[in-house]
Amino acid sequence: MLAWSRLECVGPLDLSAACRCLGAGMVAWWGFLILMPQIGNPLALPGRVMLHFLVYLGQLAALCRELWTALCSGVWRLRLVAQQIVAIGYGSQGVVIVTGAFTGAVFTFQTYAKFKDFGVETTVGAVVSVALCRELGPVLAGLMVAGRVGAAMAADIGTMKVTEQVDALRVMGVHPVDYLVLPRFLAMMISMPFLVAESISFGLAASYAVSTLGYEMPSAWYVTHMLEHTNMQDLSIGMIKGFVFGIIITLISCHQGLMAENGAVGVGAGTTRAVVISSLVMLIVNFFLSVLLNYIFPIGTA
Amino acid sequence: MSEHAATSPSSVPADNGHFIELRGVRKAFGAQEVLRGIDLSLRHGETLCIIGPSGEGKTVLMKHIIGLIQPDSGDVIVGGIRVNGLREREMAPIRRKVSMLFQGAALFDNLTVAENVAFPLWERGLRDRSEIDRRVREALSAVDLTEHSHKYPTNLSGGMRKRTGIARAIIDHSECILYDEPNSGLDPIGSDIIDRMIQRMQRRFGVTSIIVTHDMRSIGKIADRVAMLYRGVLHFLGSPAELERCADPIVQNFIHGRSDTAA
Repeated sequence: MLAWSRLECVGPLDLSAACRCLGAGMVAWWGFLILMPQIGNPLALPGRVMLHFLVYLGQLAALCRELWTALCSGVWRLRLVAQQIVAIGYGSQGVVIVTGAFTGAVFTFQTYAKFKDFGVETTVGAVVSVALCRELGPVLAGLMVAGRVGAAMAADIGTMKVTEQVDALRVMGVHPVDYLVLPRFLAMMISMPFLVAESISFGLAASYAVSTLGYEMPSAWYVTHMLEHTNMQDLSIGMIKGFVFGIIITLISCHQGLMAENGAVGVGAGTTRAVVISSLVMLIVNFFLSVLLNYIFPIGTA
Repeated sequence: MSEHAATSPSSVPADNGHFIELRGVRKAFGAQEVLRGIDLSLRHGETLCIIGPSGEGKTVLMKHIIGLIQPDSGDVIVGGIRVNGLREREMAPIRRKVSMLFQGAALFDNLTVAENVAFPLWERGLRDRSEIDRRVREALSAVDLTEHSHKYPTNLSGGMRKRTGIARAIIDHSECILYDEPNSGLDPIGSDIIDRMIQRMQRRFGVTSIIVTHDMRSIGKIADRVAMLYRGVLHFLGSPAELERCADPIVQNFIHGRSDTAA
């Protein structure tokens, strides 16, 4: 009634306009009837996406189970672990140092000016330090390692998969997870906390340099405030996050490698997926991990 | 189907001395049915050559034997152990008995030729460096590759890669070796070296061999029996002499390389 009364308010109905509306409605209805069989069930697409997601989670769970079996077997191939530590840990230092340093520098550069407005510019060291330890250090190091190491893992294992090298391992009685995934997993567990620590250290060093050399802040103020507000709990959060991100990168990247098919194109697609999925999952997990760790190690208790 | 077509071994008792038995093996990839009920058995020390047009499932059949592919139905029994249904980690006893040469050799790119060949020994727990070196030299000399032991696979020709793959397959003295097109990409002399090596493995160590090949000349030299896979079934199973005499036009056209039976 309300709608009709509104129509009446507009004025008397235009017959030709009504016919055009009716024609358009019929065309739309026939179009819907024709296209409906092509589109199929409107729930099919979300259903298919959900199914693929569940299958993906199932495959990751199976990989975790195999990894646990490999871990419990005690056959850790320490020579391969050492090689992977060199490739992952030693090889990623440059990337992580540059990322950490310039993040610390730019963060200090931006916050100093605003903090000066409030007259608290001497606390820049404290803010940058806590932010680097709790968030920026582990997250940015994780993203850089996902790009560098995760891509390499997916590409290496994927190439081995499509050239039957993974099958050759199986034929020789070597489980691919034992030989390919476990050494990378252990190497990441060991390397990631150190890489995060390195990223934080160089971030703080750069922040100190910008504050004291760029803005001529007295060194004692910077150091005093930084040490006052940063404690082992902040550093522990960074290390724990690095450790968890290492697990995420290894699992997702190795899974993409082991699932690779269709030759070079498949390896390329798997490598891209490894980096994208690792990065997104890391950012999502980081939020929930922050909530959990802030509950365990409350901020500002130093 | 010829008069030499395979008889069903499902009636054969399990302890009949057969090292490998396939009973009614079927396998499909999506809508494409590759194997449509394969029955086949091999005695210890026997050499079987599998022939057939490309894409007919010869490699798929071979991968069933070593558990790389599981059948949709039917049984695969190797050395008295049923392979189908086993989990990956339960395959170790089978894979200690059977080794395989892959079509593309499947060498590990990050290892040298010698390291590739030593890999099975190392992974099975042998740590005596001098013993490993001795066996690697022996295996490489069997395929005439001793001088290339320090090279990486990317620096080898296709034939040399194939021969390295063969050295890796034979080094562990497995009871059975599966060869997926061992002669492809080899010159006639290289091909003859491989044929002689397969014969030597059979005579000296009693190795059971299954060879997927298109090289009809090799078959005459090394095969005890020949199986022809055609449209998902064993179209022919018999000795090389019986293969020559077989009147079946599909068999005759295949072995003489005539293309007028595509239908």
